Order: sequence, then C-alpha cells, then structure tokens
Amino acid sequence: MGSYDRLATPLRKTQTTSGPAAAPPQLCRFARSALRVAFCALRFARCALRFRPFPSARHLNSIGRLSGSILAVGLALGLLPALAAPRSPFSPASPQAASIADLFWFTLIAAGLIFLGVEGTILYSAFAHRERPGREASQFHGNTRVEIIWTALPALLLLVVFYLTVRTMHDISAPPGDPVEINVVGHQWWWEFSYPKEDVTTANELHVPVGEPILLHVTSADVIHSFWVPQLAGKQDANPGHVNDITFTVSAPGTYLGQCAEFCGIEHTWMAIRVVAEPPAQYAAWVKAQQQPASRPTSNLAILGETIFQSQTCGSCHAIAGTSANGVAGPSLTHVGSRATIGAGVLDNTPANMERWLLNPQDVKPGVLMPNSKLTPNDAKALAAYMESLR
Amino acid sequence: MAEQTRGYVPTYPTITAPTGLWRWVATVDHKDIGVLYIVTTLVFFLIGGLEAMFIRLQLIAPNAKVLDPETYDEFFTMHGTTMVFLTVMPLLIGFANYLVPLMIGARDMAFPRLNAMSYWLLLFGGLLLYFSFLAGQAPNGMWFMYVPQTLPPYTTGPGPNYWAAGLLVTSVGTIAASINLTVTILLLRAPGMAITRLPLFVWTVLVNSFLILWALPPLAAAMVMMLLDRLVGTHFFDVSAGGNVLLYEHLFWFLGHPEVYILILPVFGMVSETIPVFARKPIFGYTFIAASTVAIAFLAMSVWAHHMFTSGMGLTEDTFFSAASMLIAIPTGVKVFNWVATMWRGAIRWTSSMLFSIGFIGEFIIGGLTGPMLATVPVDWQVHDSYFIVAHLHYVFFGGSVMGIFAAAYYWYPKITGRLMSENLGKWHFWLTIVGLNLTFFPMHLNGLLGMPRHVYTYPNLPGLAELNFWETIGAFILATAVVVFVWNVVASVRFGRIAGNDPWDAWTLEWATASPPPPYNFASIPPVRSRRPLWDLKHPENPDPR
Amino acid sequence: MTEQPTSGVVNHGGSDQLGREAIRQINPNVLGIIIFISSEAIFFLSLIVTYVVYRGASTSGPGAHVLNVPVTAVFTLFLWSSSLTMARVTAHLGRNDVAGVRRWLLITILLGAIFLVGQGYEYYHLYADNVTISRNLWASTFFTVTGFHGLHVLVGLISMSIMAGVISPGENHPWGATGVEAVSLYWHFVDAVWVVIFPVVYLWTLIS
Ligand code: HEA
Ligand code: HEA
Ligand code: HEC
Ligand code: CUA
Ligand SMILES: [Cu+2]
Repeated sequence: MGSYDRLATPLRKTQTTSGPAAAPPQLCRFARSALRVAFCALRFARCALRFRPFPSARHLNSIGRLSGSILAVGLALGLLPALAAPRSPFSPASPQAASIADLFWFTLIAAGLIFLGVEGTILYSAFAHRERPGREASQFHGNTRVEIIWTALPALLLLVVFYLTVRTMHDISAPPGDPVEINVVGHQWWWEFSYPKEDVTTANELHVPVGEPILLHVTSADVIHSFWVPQLAGKQDANPGHVNDITFTVSAPGTYLGQCAEFCGIEHTWMAIRVVAEPPAQYAAWVKAQQQPASRPTSNLAILGETIFQSQTCGSCHAIAGTSANGVAGPSLTHVGSRATIGAGVLDNTPANMERWLLNPQDVKPGVLMPNSKLTPNDAKALAAYMESLR
Repeated sequence: MAEQTRGYVPTYPTITAPTGLWRWVATVDHKDIGVLYIVTTLVFFLIGGLEAMFIRLQLIAPNAKVLDPETYDEFFTMHGTTMVFLTVMPLLIGFANYLVPLMIGARDMAFPRLNAMSYWLLLFGGLLLYFSFLAGQAPNGMWFMYVPQTLPPYTTGPGPNYWAAGLLVTSVGTIAASINLTVTILLLRAPGMAITRLPLFVWTVLVNSFLILWALPPLAAAMVMMLLDRLVGTHFFDVSAGGNVLLYEHLFWFLGHPEVYILILPVFGMVSETIPVFARKPIFGYTFIAASTVAIAFLAMSVWAHHMFTSGMGLTEDTFFSAASMLIAIPTGVKVFNWVATMWRGAIRWTSSMLFSIGFIGEFIIGGLTGPMLATVPVDWQVHDSYFIVAHLHYVFFGGSVMGIFAAAYYWYPKITGRLMSENLGKWHFWLTIVGLNLTFFPMHLNGLLGMPRHVYTYPNLPGLAELNFWETIGAFILATAVVVFVWNVVASVRFGRIAGNDPWDAWTLEWATASPPPPYNFASIPPVRSRRPLWDLKHPENPDPR
Repeated sequence: MTEQPTSGVVNHGGSDQLGREAIRQINPNVLGIIIFISSEAIFFLSLIVTYVVYRGASTSGPGAHVLNVPVTAVFTLFLWSSSLTMARVTAHLGRNDVAGVRRWLLITILLGAIFLVGQGYEYYHLYADNVTISRNLWASTFFTVTGFHGLHVLVGLISMSIMAGVISPGENHPWGATGVEAVSLYWHFVDAVWVVIFPVVYLWTLIS
C-alpha cells in the first residue's frame, strides 16, 4: 500500500477546506476563483518544474469550477446566435424544417436531462465519496433489480423517440400534390437548376414561389454532392446515376442560404446555394424573365464584350440562349447578371468582382474547372460588362 | 506430460535476450511488442495531432490562407485515417498485447512470431501510407474515401492507392493480432481463470477481436475493388458502366461503423479496471458489463447504414437502421450506470488515472447522447456531414477513447516501466485536457447548427462562425499543450518517476502479482484464481470475494 | 515465492475446478485457423454479394452466358473430390501414419492443381474472346470473385506441398499433426467457398 499513500496524502490534507463556503454571489465567486487560479498557476508551474506532487486539491477544484463557469457562459452566448441565424435548422421557414426542429428540440432536451442526471451523479459521487480518513468503501457487487430498471427506462424513452422519428420522417417526405418540380444537378462545383415545365435553366440561385409545394429531383453529373438548405429541409445526397427527392413548402418570402454538404473535391467549400422565395406573382414574373433569350448588350463596352465572348472558347462550356453559345460544362450565362453571386458563392456579383473572376478564376477559386483564358485587363472589363448586362 | 495427448504445449522461441536496438527488432516477447505498438502509435498520434493543428489554424478566421485547398483535403483525410487506423486501433491492440497474457496468467501470446509480424505490418502499412506525401499526393478523399470522387478522372494522383494499399497491409496485421488475442484468451488462461472471472478488459478485448475479424473483411474487399478500379481499369464504381456508388458506401460503413466501436470497447474495459481500483470497490454488475459488451458488438454489426441516411436508401432501410442504432444506447447506458454505481459509496482516490476515468464518463456521454439524436433520421438529415458530426465524433473519440487511454496510461505505466508517472503533471494534463477538449469540440455542435458543412477549407463570414471557429482553434492549442505535458510526463518519468513496486495501486488483478516491469516469463508463480479479484482474496483472506 | 518459474505446461490443457474448460482441449493452431476462416468467409461474402448486386447491371458487353458451364462443372468435380481425399489425410493422421498422410496429401494437391489448370483454361478462352477484367462491370466482378478463389486454391496447394515435405510425427509442432489439421480445415473452406460460387456464378446462367 505504501507507495500509493505517500502520493495521496497531499491531496487528502486539504480536503476539508473544499466544502461549500457561505455561498457568495456568483460573480464574486467567479472572480475569487479566477484570482486563486492565477495564484496557484504559479505554484503549479514551480512544482511541475521540480516534478513534485500536486500542491493542493483546493486549487484543482477552483480550476474546475472556473472552467465550468467559462463553459456555461460560452455555451449560453454561443447558443443565442444559433437560434436565429440564417442557415440554421433552428430558424425553419417551411413546415418540413419546422417539424424537424421540433423533433430536434425534443431529443435535445431529453438528452440534456439525461446528461444533467448522469453528470450530476458522477460529480456528486466523485466529491462526496472521496477517500478520507476513516472512510471505508462499501463492498457491494451488484443488484439485478436496478440493472433491470436502468435497462428498461432508456428503452421506454427510446421507444417514444423512435415513434416520433418514424412519424416525422414519413410526414415530411410525403410527396405533395401538384408541386413545382425542379431538377437539381450537382456539378463540380456548382448547382444546375432546371424547371422542366417552365423550360427554364439557371444555376446556383434557386427561385421558388412561397406557399406552393416544391419537389426537387436531386442528382449529380459527376461525383456525390449533397443538397442542403437548413431552413427549408433536411439534406439529400446528389448521387450520380440515381435521383433523390426533396419536398418542402416555403412559408415566408426571403433568401435562404445553403451549401453542398458532401465532400466533392477541391472546391467543395464553395458550392453554395441561394434559395430566393418570392410571392407567387413575383415568382411568375421571374420565370417569365428567365424564359426570354439573353438581352442584347447596349453599351459599347458590353458590345465589345460580346465579340470577345464569341472569339474565345467560352461558348463551348457555357450557354447563352439566343446566341450560338450552347455549352453545358459550366453554368448557363443567359441571365448571369441577375444572380447575386459568382462562382457558387465565392464572390458577390459586382462588375469589379466579375472582372476579377474572368481575369483568373483559378485565383479566386483554386482548382475550379473553368480555365484561365488569359484575357487582357481591358478585354476582361469588356467581358464583365457583357456578363453584367445579361439580366 | 505423456497423458497430454491433445493438450497444447506452446513452442516458445528461446529467449536469448539480445540487447540494444536489435532487441526491439528481433523481439517476440508480448511485452516488448506491446511497448513497440504503444510507442509507435504515440508517434502517429502526434503526427495526426499536428495535422489537426494545421486544420485548426486554417479555420481560425474566414478566408485564412494557411493551407491551400488541396493540402487541407490531404490533412483532414490523413488526420482521420491516422487517428483511427494508425493511432487508437493499434494502440488498443498494443495495450492488449502487453496486458492480456499478464491478466490471464499466461507466459506469452499463443503465436509469438505472428505477434511480431502483426506489429511490423502495422509499421510498414503506416509508413506506406505516409510515403504518399513524398510520392506527390497524400490521400485526399476523407477517411472514408467515397467513390467516385477518389477515382479517375476526379482524382488522378496516387493518393487513394497509398490509402488502400497502406491500410490493406495494416489490416492483415490487425486480423493476425485479433486471431492471436482470441486464441490466447480462449486457450491460455491460468488454472481457475474461468471465462466468468476474466478481467473486464480481457472481456472487451475478446469481443473486440471478433468484431475486428468480422468487420474488417468488407473494407478489405472495398479497398481491393477501389485499387482494381484505379490500377487495372475495372468498373466496380463506374456509374456509366452500371456501377453503384452506394455499394461502396455500404461496404465501407459495414466496417466503418464497427470500427468506431472497435476504438471504444477496449477503453470501456480499461475504465472497468481503473474505476473499481480507485473507488476501492468491486465492479458493480460484472455480468451486465460483460453481457452489454457482447450486445454492443452484435448491434454494432447491424447499424452501419446510419451513416447513409441522406444517401437515398429509402425510408424502410432508414427506419430499420434508426431503430438498431437507438438500441445501442441501452447496453451503453448499462455500462455507464454500472460505472457510476461502482463509484457510489466508494472511497474514491483522486489519482490522475481516476480523474481521467471520471472525465472519460463525463465527456463520453456528451458524444454518446448526441448518438441517438443522430439516429433520429430527420435530425440526421439536417446535421449529417455538418460540424455537428465532427463534434459527436471527437467527443466519443477524444472524450471517450483517448481520455480512457490516458486513464489506462497512468494506471499501467508503473507496471510497464517500473516507475510512477508524475501525479503533478498528470493533474496539469487532466485539467488542460478538460478545458481544451470542451472549448475545441463543444462549439462545433453550433458550427453545424449554423449550417457549416464538414470538409471545408474555409467558410463565409456569416454571423457567429468566425467567433466559434476562433475559440475552437484556441481550444485546440490548449489541447495540444495538454498533450505536450503528457508526452513530457511519459518520457521524463522513465528516469525521474518514483519507483513503483509490484503493486502501487493496491489492485486486484493478476498483472500486479508480478514484478514491475515483469520478467520475460511473466510470473514466478501464479496466485490461485478463485474469484474475479485473485489479489483481493490474497490480501483479505478473512473476507474473500464470492466465487 | 521461491518456486521456479512455472513452465508453460501448467497453464494449459488442464480443466479447472469449474469444469467449463472443454474448449481448452482444442489446439491453438486449429482454433486459430478456424477463427481465420470465419474472417475470410466474410471477405468472400462481400465479393459474392457484390457479384450478385451487379448481376445484370452492366450497361454493355458480355454477361455470365459466355461461361462454359459443363467444362467448369467437370473441373469443379475435381475440386470437390479433393475434399474427400483430404478427409483421408486426416484419417491417416489419426493413425499416426506419416506415409499415408503424405500419399493422400499428394493426391489432394494433384486434384486441386487440375482445378487450377481448368481455371487457367477458362481464363485463357475468355481472354481470347476479349473478355478481360476491364471489359465491363460483369467481367470485373467475375474475375475478381473467381480470381480470389483461385488465389486461395493456390495458397492451399502451396501450404499442402510444404506440409507434405516437412511433416514430422510430432504431435503439437506446427509442422506436425496440428499443422496438417489446420491446412485441411483451410482446404475444406476453399472448397466450401466454391460450393457457393459455382451455383451463383455458373449454374444461375442455366435458369435465366
Ligand atoms: C468511439 C466512437 C463512437 C461511438 C461510441 C459512437 C456512438 C454512437 N454513435 Fe456515432 N459516430 C462516430 C463514432 C462513434 N459513435 C464517428 C467517428 C462518426 C462519424 C463518422 C464520419 O462520418 O466521419 C459517427 C457518426 C454517427 C452517425 C452518423 C451521423 C452522420 O454522419 O450523419 C450516427 C447516426 O446514427 C451515430 C450514432 C451513434 C449512436 C446511436 C451511438 C451510441 O452508441 C451511443 C450510446 C451512448 C449513449 C446514449 C450515452 C450513454 C447512455 C446513457 C447515459 C443511457 C441513457 C441514454 C438514452 C436513453 C439516450 N454516429
Ligand atoms: C481518435 C480520433 C481523433 C482524435 C484524437 C482527433 C483529434 C483532433 N481533431 Fe480530429 N478527426 C478525426 C478523429 C480524431 N481527431 C476523424 C475521424 C475526423 C474525420 C476526418 C474526415 O472527415 O475525413 C476528424 C476531423 C477533424 C476536423 C474536421 C476537418 C474537416 O472536416 O474539415 C477537425 C477540425 O477542427 C479536427 C480537429 C481535431 C483536433 C483539434 C484534435 C486535437 O485533439 C488534437 C490534439 C493535438 C495533438 C495531439 C498534437 C499535439 C502535439 C504537437 C502539436 C506538437 C508535437 C508534434 C510533433 C513533434 C510531431 N478533426
Ligand atoms: C472548360 C470550360 C469553361 C470555359 C472554357 C469557360 N468557363 Fe466559365 N465556367 C465554367 C465552369 C465549370 C464554371 C462554374 C465554376 C464554379 O462555380 O465552380 C464557370 C463559371 C463561370 C461564371 C460564373 C457563373 C456563375 O453563375 O457563378 C462566369 C461569369 C463564366 N464562367 C464566364 C466565362 C467566360 C466569359 C468564359 C470565356 C472567357 C468562360 N466562362 C470560359 C467552365 C468554363
Ligand atoms: Cu458538391 Cu460538396
Ligand atoms: Cu456509426
């Protein structure tokens, strides 16, 4: 026994001082422990260097308490933005996302209560049943009745969770009647959206009407991607050679952000999604505008840009309806000027940014599948003007 | 001996005890091999940790430029692969190698030469994997290397070849080690060491070995197919030829899920040894802990597709795998409750080992409790492949496996080296770990809930993200400091630690009945084994354990 | 505490007071190979499941109908009969008849080798018809499943040859009786895998 005791004595000596003090206000206690920590950090350092036993359990406890308080405060501060932030499943904007959020809250609270219960018992036991002079450990080996209880109770709880899971799962996946159907195709590293009934094709920015059921058919042209707009619905993978459906109904107009959620190569990071939900009338107007072929450039600069576009290889990868450009390797540029971002979220769509993109897309989005066309700055300016004119 | 017609007389290689470096190359002693495993994996842990530090530095602020995108992908892939396949799994095998023969009162493993081969395969597999950095491209497709991203034309470099080849080599070693451990445990127990008296660590090693044996082959098959696709031009995962990418996902996760339990079950066993010793009480509910280990292993083989809820398998499959996953919470809960009951009304000694054991329970259940939340299919549709998952996996891996391994390290270090680790540094290590761990990984839940996917080399400057990521990086540095303290403690205590003696903790299992470190033949004489705590019976003849 | 180090013998083979130790009568080499086989079985299961999942999924090129079932059936009989001769090996082993063991081992090796020749013949003809492993999805799965099986047959042949060469009358030595027993278990396993592969890959073409 000997060697252990030598080691434990310093711990035990100060045991009595760690009892509950006269409960000063929380803040005061916090400050006091902070001071104490700073003080004993010095002593720790000294002992650590000399490889001596740990000085005192009191300081240990204050460190523990301090970090506990920091964590609690951090947790509270951290949670706040999560509830209302754009892109959070906890600020749902569709009945589907809302029922997931409800279920989420339920499981979170259940897990939280279990956590508090178990953690509380551990901590209580660790402190209250700590070795001290005269204390003998009870030598009991087990108890079948409590084993049965703590097998059965979690099982009951899980039964409830499982029931809610299955119900929610079926509720939110039920195919809607007469939906707006949209084909979603993931590409490295942009999204293609096509509306077969409306005969509209666009990229990265999905427009949907508020209040009408939406049905997305999600697939991929190359590797696995995943379509995720947290406020509207859970994610579904975009698998090559396979179509997955997502359905939701947007309940309020607004812009909802999302992102590709399955690692799909070097630019998986910049494969963002914007969903613009508009009242039906506005949505109809948008569809109508998108159905038009590209508008002819009017400014001189843009007209110059158009000729540069045609002299370059752009048209082999991009389509501009109404011109000879009909490539499909890159996003349709027919109405590129009307979109809010460039390169699937990597830049805001401004003339200056467009110029930057065209001058060297590899610089903006390293690894992107659009080559550097080695344009002169002037050509890039003209081309950017042309792009921006395509509204 | 003549009457022993079929009884086994092991043919142990003669121990000529070479010295110096050659001793470590030529050794077939289970203790030496255990030490080799532990030291090697500790180095891999530092490398994997270093990669993690670079990941965290890159994510410290939006649009930081510490790593370029390609290197970032390589680093998180190698970080995950290293931690899972080169650190925790072989580390646990190393501990098992060292401890199992001692705990069951055997002289060595059943197949000492095979044992040495297992270790060298691990080392060469690991080196092969890391050679990829020199060959121009490290694996860069996540630790699960989904196809077709990892096939040409999407990945043309050699990275995935090194991944598959390196892990195939280590897998052969792992399978061999598992066969060795199972046979050792089943056949070489000391007289009286009935299956029902095995130390719980040995129980978990036994169950774990079977889990490895039956879960690793599908991964091997998947890796073979991927290699053939890349090298020979087969079409297993070529969608245009009729291939199916979901098949790869199924094959991978059929290993991948059991793998994560492979990384925790022996740790459950380790804390089932430390908690009773430091609470000065017998383990509460031995039978239930052992049985729940078996239950977890069985369930673990039938939940793999919970990693694929968003892949579009279909609602029926989702329902099945959801139910199976939730069920695992029950046997795991049984274990947790039994540990807590073991502490209850004990006389708990706050040694570093015990602090880490308590910390293990406390942190593991944070990750554990998010588990059933993930099994709640619609919730998973939201948080899958987001940082919420990264939080879950680090709470169970670091808060679970690694914390438990730290507890084991402080506990068995004196047996292995003959000296105690510094309790003082141990407490530094513990508190830094607690603070660093929670500061790094707790906020990651929130990253996920703010819509941040995994595997991104940077993120847009949306509200909250920059702050969360900043603090996570700070936390990671605190965690790294803790690891440095630990490593220093391990290294320095070899020379400066207090001499431990045979039995510094006043413990009850057989390994403490011999010298520290044990002699090559392990035991001068094996104490009689009449209960689960043979040394308790020796020390308390007036009050022996029930048989 | 003055006793000599206990020799390995004391720890092993005996049953303890509880009498639950029947399993310890099994030889480690044999138990080891059984456990190894259980692991290998899952490897083959994965490959066979892949074959089944992908059956009929190929978008182009040949399918299982290009296989010559009758010829393979004949070679299959050689393989399966080698399990019977292997049973003779273990029978002679029980009688400590080294010469008999060696004789039957050689016959088993011969039968296994004939099967491998048959597989080579089959591969050669497929290759001549331009059916290679990279031809299409079906060919990839076919060659992988049968190829891995062939590889295991080869390993079996090699280990049988080694045993036939070095076998000694010793009981527990790995080169001795338990080694042969382990190899025989492995060989039966290789045959059993073919019991699954042959119907799935070959016979299935007859009914579809
Ligand atoms: C040590 C490793 C480990 C462990 C033990 C676990 C434990 C569990 N895990 Fe975890 N998991 C991982 C490692 C681990 N996991 C990793 C690495 C990944 C990500 C892989 C990747 O994509 O990279 C992952 C991902 C993962 C997913 C997929 C998420 C996704 O990608 O979308 C799911 C889904 O179901 C899941 C579920 C569970 C469940 C139900 C448990 C359960 O076993 C947990 C049981 C424990 C408890 C519940 C706590 C204690 C119990 C009680 C106190 C009793 C009372 C409790 C209740 C009634 C709830 N895990
Ligand atoms: C046991 C498993 C384990 C462990 C212990 C860790 C430990 C850590 N992990 Fe890891 N992690 C995984 C398993 C693990 N991880 C897995 C499986 C993934 C998924 C990968 C994938 O998706 O493909 C992952 C992914 C992952 C990510 C997500 C990457 C992404 O998706 O983009 C992040 C990000 O922060 C991260 C961070 C960390 C940190 C900060 C630590 C810290 O705990 C590290 C602590 C620090 C050290 C241990 C180093 C200390 C030493 C030194 C700094 C100096 C000395 C060094 C030398 C002399 C060589 N990990
Ligand atoms: C080899 C094919 C290829 C060529 C040639 C090419 N592009 Fe692209 N382009 C792409 C791809 C792919 C993308 C999507 C990049 C991304 O976001 O990852 C893209 C994106 C764009 C975008 C941003 C669209 C959006 O909605 O985000 C613009 C604008 C653009 N290209 C213009 C041009 C112009 C102008 C040229 C000719 C000078 C050109 N491209 C040449 C493939 C090409
Ligand atoms: Cu597309 Cu990630
Ligand atoms: Cu899992």
